[in-house]
Amino acid sequence: MAAPCVFCGPAIASRFFLGGRVTLAQGQGIWKPAAAELQAGTRSQILRLKHLTVVKTKKNVAASRPEKYTVDFIKKQIEEFNIGKRHLANMMGEDPETFTQEDIDRAIVYLFPSGLFEKQARPSMKHPDYIFPKQSAIQWGEDGRPFHFLFYTGKQSYYSLMHEAYGKFLDAEKRQNQLQAKDLQMEKTKTKDPIVSRWLIKEELEGMLAEKLSDRDYTRFIQLVERFSTLQCGAAEEEFLRRFRRSVTIQSKKQLTERLQYDEQGRAFSTSEGKRKSAKAEVVVYEHGNGKIKVNGVDHLLYFPVTQDREQLMFPFHFLDRLGKHDVNCTVSGGGRSAQAGAIRLATARALCSFVTEDEVEWMRQAGLLTTDPRVRERKKPGQEGARRKFTWKKR
Amino acid sequence: MRERSGTPNFREVGRERNYGRQFESTSCSLETLRGSSALYSAGTMLKGMTRLISRAHKAKHGEQQEGQHYNIPHQDLKTVFPHGLPPRFVMQVKTFNEACLMVRKPALELLHYLKNTNFAHPAVRYILYGEKGTGKTLSLCHVVHFCAKQDWLILHVPDAHRWVKNCRDLLQSTYNKQRLDQPLEASTWLKNFRTSNERFLSQIKVQEKYVWNKRESTEKGSPLGDVVEQGITRVRNATDAVGIVLKELRRQSSCGIFHLLVAVDGVNALWGRTTLKREDKSPIAPEELAFIYNLRKMVKNDWNGGAIVLTLSQTGSLFKPRTAYMPQELLGEEGFNALDPFIPILVSNYNPKEFQSCIQYYLENNWLQHEKAHTEGGMKELLFLSNANPGQLERLCAYL
Repeated sequence: MAAPCVFCGPAIASRFFLGGRVTLAQGQGIWKPAAAELQAGTRSQILRLKHLTVVKTKKNVAASRPEKYTVDFIKKQIEEFNIGKRHLANMMGEDPETFTQEDIDRAIVYLFPSGLFEKQARPSMKHPDYIFPKQSAIQWGEDGRPFHFLFYTGKQSYYSLMHEAYGKFLDAEKRQNQLQAKDLQMEKTKTKDPIVSRWLIKEELEGMLAEKLSDRDYTRFIQLVERFSTLQCGAAEEEFLRRFRRSVTIQSKKQLTERLQYDEQGRAFSTSEGKRKSAKAEVVVYEHGNGKIKVNGVDHLLYFPVTQDREQLMFPFHFLDRLGKHDVNCTVSGGGRSAQAGAIRLATARALCSFVTEDEVEWMRQAGLLTTDPRVRERKKPGQEGARRKFTWKKR
Repeated sequence: MRERSGTPNFREVGRERNYGRQFESTSCSLETLRGSSALYSAGTMLKGMTRLISRAHKAKHGEQQEGQHYNIPHQDLKTVFPHGLPPRFVMQVKTFNEACLMVRKPALELLHYLKNTNFAHPAVRYILYGEKGTGKTLSLCHVVHFCAKQDWLILHVPDAHRWVKNCRDLLQSTYNKQRLDQPLEASTWLKNFRTSNERFLSQIKVQEKYVWNKRESTEKGSPLGDVVEQGITRVRNATDAVGIVLKELRRQSSCGIFHLLVAVDGVNALWGRTTLKREDKSPIAPEELAFIYNLRKMVKNDWNGGAIVLTLSQTGSLFKPRTAYMPQELLGEEGFNALDPFIPILVSNYNPKEFQSCIQYYLENNWLQHEKAHTEGGMKELLFLSNANPGQLERLCAYL
């Protein structure tokens, strides 16, 4: 008791001053008789101080394995989140019933503005399902017995999925054999999906099962599911299989095509912009030209004396086989010579989209003509001479 | 559209000073318009055999052969062009084992004027100007070859820029203390001059006595060849020998024994700046170089009996921006006033016919090895990349 008292001495003194008229206890021995007096007023403070002492004497032990959360804990977190959501809605003066996640994000950004570059480091308020990793819930009961029968395989959800799928596959095969025996085979109407779909990729499957998989596991799963889909199966099996398919949206539908405009002579032209590194280009492509290109009022041969830059300009036209058919007028600023050439190339490709069919737009996108090059100059780091180059290493 | 009579006499040219400071294409010869229909039909018919080799006589160049190549025999190469051709063209000649020049409109126009020069009038100055790589130097070579075949005396300075930069040794001139000599360049030039004009050197006689130093002198009436020999053997006096040659030729061309063609490539070097410095690191103005000084006098049109053909060049020029190609930009105020009045001739990029012809020439010599080079698509690519600029096209098709 003596040691804690010594420790608490100065802390208690400060509390006493806060408390007001309390006589200062002299020395350590007076602690016990004075305690009864103090208890009424300063109970919570003493509790807090006790907590302080406990923490101070315990050593720091590093966490040995990832924390497992109980299901109750997660439920409590969800309740707290919902209550907090309503409080936040009240604070912002909005209706708590119709407060969506986007509204929450906007409110947090408003209340806690952050200048950090890393988006994930900024303050955020999300549903506990996003924050706590799935399946960190403890999977055994209080007696230590696991809930799932395949727990000791290590990858219980994967093996249970395989087991279930194989069971269904065997059932479907048996049914098909019965039908074949009875000669009541139905024609397998293969309905072609209007939107092309694909199987889950390994990362998506891992996310769905909340377990790590190896490549072999994934391959075996895909093989099983492929074999299953070749069989004739009823609606329930189709539903089961559809869980593992994702649709492939055609990317080019997202490409915004500029509309053609017509100038005084009735000639069609289209404008667009392009960027590369720090160069910005704005390009006007006219129809029915003879292949002349003017950059900032100067012929492209004079502006880009290097052949490589001119080849970049030629790429969109050469790809679409329209080399001598369009006239181009462009303005470009910023960047260096290569960046300007890249910016003009992107802008001409985008402008040509409006003269060209959708298929060709998709081919251009696959060729990489319509993508802004995301590479920018890497920042120089302190302690290094450049972005990657280190200072010369001297042995001594 | 200005009417151009056959003889561009001096007074007409003087009257036409209203062309202002900016020059658009003035090569508007009426003959080409007349012959254009025949031209195109002949051109398209002969597209397969674009190499109309008129080995017989170059004087037969007419508008029918525009866009087609003609061959220069090797003998002529050695005598007429010891130093005149651009280095890339020399490499091409060595590769193809033949020298073929394309006949183009600016050269044809110049030839037409030269055929009709009136030797009684003062020499007319023609300036070939244009963007970089359009073919000014080769047009000049074409004209020089033509005049050599016509037995003119050729005074060909291949690149005046070589005299105002990268000179190793500069000596103080013996003739005039303020000026500086360039012995090496002068002696090389004299050697080449001798190669190209052998037959005239014995005919022309010197009209003054020149004393070189205490022991050597050239008497009056001795052939010009002696002066040239003196310049080559005694390198110290080479620049003075050059000056003497220029003076004598200027004086005697009006007599009528020979016709003089002064061909200078890169004439904007004469009025620009130099990169040469004296020992005390002070810069040298072009006037202080004896050769430049004499050449300026040569290019003035106060003599008659010949013609002056000049080329502007940005490629070797000093302290001039890359995009400058107009006479006023490259010559500067001083040069422009010194050369005024002159007849400007614009040399532009290939037109589609000439471009086709050039590609055909390369294909015939099996120079373009890419499978696509024969196809329409390949030609369109080349056209786009080079923008029909002859120099760029040559560089594109060259070896790596």
